[in-house]
Amino acid sequence: MGQITLEQVTKRFGEVDVIRPLDLVIENGEFTVFVGPSGCGKSTLLRLIAGLEDVTSGTIRIDGKDATDIAPARRGLAMVFQSYALYPHMSVRKNIAFPLKMAGIDKAEQDRRIAQAAAALNLTDYLDRRPGQLSGGQRQRVAIGRAIVREPSAFLFDEPLSNLDAALRVGMRLEISELHERLKTTMIYVTHDQVEAMTMADKIVVLRAGRIEQVGSPLELYRSPRNLFVAGFIGSPRMNVIAGAEAARHGAHTIGIRPEHIDVAADGRWQGRVGVAEHLGSDTFLHIHDTGLADTITVRAPGEVGMRHGDRVGLSPRTDQFHRFDDKGLRIS
Amino acid sequence: MPRAVTTRRKTVNTLAAWAIGLLIFFPILWTILTSFKTEATAIADPPVFLFFDWTLENYAVVQERSDYMRFLWNSVIIAGGSTLLGILVAVPAAWSMAFVPSKRTKDILLWMLSTKMLPAVGVLYPIYLVFIQLGLLDTRVGLTIVLMLINLPIIVWMLYTYFREIPGEILEAARMDGATLKEEILYVLTPMAVPGIASTILLNIILAWNEAFWTLNLTAANAAPLTAFIASYSSPEGLFYAKLSAASTMAIAPILILGWFSQKQLVRGLTFGAVK
Repeated sequence: MGQITLEQVTKRFGEVDVIRPLDLVIENGEFTVFVGPSGCGKSTLLRLIAGLEDVTSGTIRIDGKDATDIAPARRGLAMVFQSYALYPHMSVRKNIAFPLKMAGIDKAEQDRRIAQAAAALNLTDYLDRRPGQLSGGQRQRVAIGRAIVREPSAFLFDEPLSNLDAALRVGMRLEISELHERLKTTMIYVTHDQVEAMTMADKIVVLRAGRIEQVGSPLELYRSPRNLFVAGFIGSPRMNVIAGAEAARHGAHTIGIRPEHIDVAADGRWQGRVGVAEHLGSDTFLHIHDTGLADTITVRAPGEVGMRHGDRVGLSPRTDQFHRFDDKGLRIS
Repeated sequence: MPRAVTTRRKTVNTLAAWAIGLLIFFPILWTILTSFKTEATAIADPPVFLFFDWTLENYAVVQERSDYMRFLWNSVIIAGGSTLLGILVAVPAAWSMAFVPSKRTKDILLWMLSTKMLPAVGVLYPIYLVFIQLGLLDTRVGLTIVLMLINLPIIVWMLYTYFREIPGEILEAARMDGATLKEEILYVLTPMAVPGIASTILLNIILAWNEAFWTLNLTAANAAPLTAFIASYSSPEGLFYAKLSAASTMAIAPILILGWFSQKQLVRGLTFGAVK
């Protein structure tokens, strides 16, 4: 089991409200991602759930039981830290064994679980090394191994991939997703990277300034962002935001359209000039100026589009893909 | 761009370093040399440096006149005991200051250090009275406690500096892994801080070994350590330089040897955290 419920949880550091009154339910087995810009409170929220910080007010329930005042170790959760937080003076084997040793599990069972975790994480050959002798990816696997052997009711990940290089990050992302498919254990994952959020999550919680902006599945957030903040945060490249007359024509204060929902067409309704064309092979990102709509309109054209700086271009937005927002930035449905 | 270091410059630097090193070491060297001279040669003018009749006579006399081993044993117990006791008190104190600091932590650290700024003689009277009341005068227990207390601020400060270098996330990981506070300190913090703790122990043993004010004032015969042993040779009826030197050499030899073998550890410990 691993259902986590937050009821009116707040956290203040001195005069600063890091978490404003917040309600959230994380269902058993769900992969939930907390995402938001730095300083939005996502890591603090995770640490509150872990018990590494005390809540200022409110209740945290794990599987229905009030866990607000329970020590971190006794909440049955395991955490993977950004810095891996391995014990540098212990071998990989001892690192993974540490939580088992603390739980007083007998030696034979310890060995069995370590062997199992090591096999699952490709660490068998490294069990007698020290963390200092491992690469970043291997260290992260050890940290995950240390979490797995406890058989926790939920895993907490605090930006676990941000210290890895880009290629390794994609690999580890898949490994964590696979792990979730295999274990079916509740996972809470904190990241500032919306790609990680979109690719891994069952449920995304978008946070800003200690408040939840929206909760939903990746596609819900992509299709129906509740406000301009979520609209801009989810999706890459960012959604184009247009105000003024063009928005008024659609009965809105502001309209948004994603780069992939604009087609390049010589006779398009919008006309502009290419500022930068980014050729990725699979796609071409065009950053277009002088449209009279916004500083830059970004277009994601599939495949290779032979355009260069200064070329005139016509754009045709798919009108059924417009997102409309009112003067407070809230979605008009 | 790295500065070009010429061979000549290196030679000059090396010579300068040796000169300064010798200058600092000279008093100790001179004491050791004098301890092998006769009393007459010891006060010869101009002084004799190396070419004299080397003799062990002073050591024999010193050993005959006072029981060196008893003083040595007292020194070992007092220096070792006060250090161990200090570490036991300071590890939890430094842990809490480094990892759960409050608004007042910096103030407390400064306040602790400020006690070192008071001349020791300023509290001699009250402490002496307390010692009489508690029957601690001229006991090893009493001296161990006093030396522990006077060096405690330094121990806490040093440990605090080392602990601050240890990432808090590792201790949080231990907490998540189910370690109690005691297990966290015992299995995670202490092993990681071994270099720092070791150099703190070494430095403190040296400080306690050489401490002369309290050891001279609070002991008479039973608990007197090597500092008292040396002092007993600076007698009012005229100085015997050679014998005083022999006594001093015997008193500093153990700590000199300890320092020599642990110098790598000491240097590493004392410069720990200086470069991030």
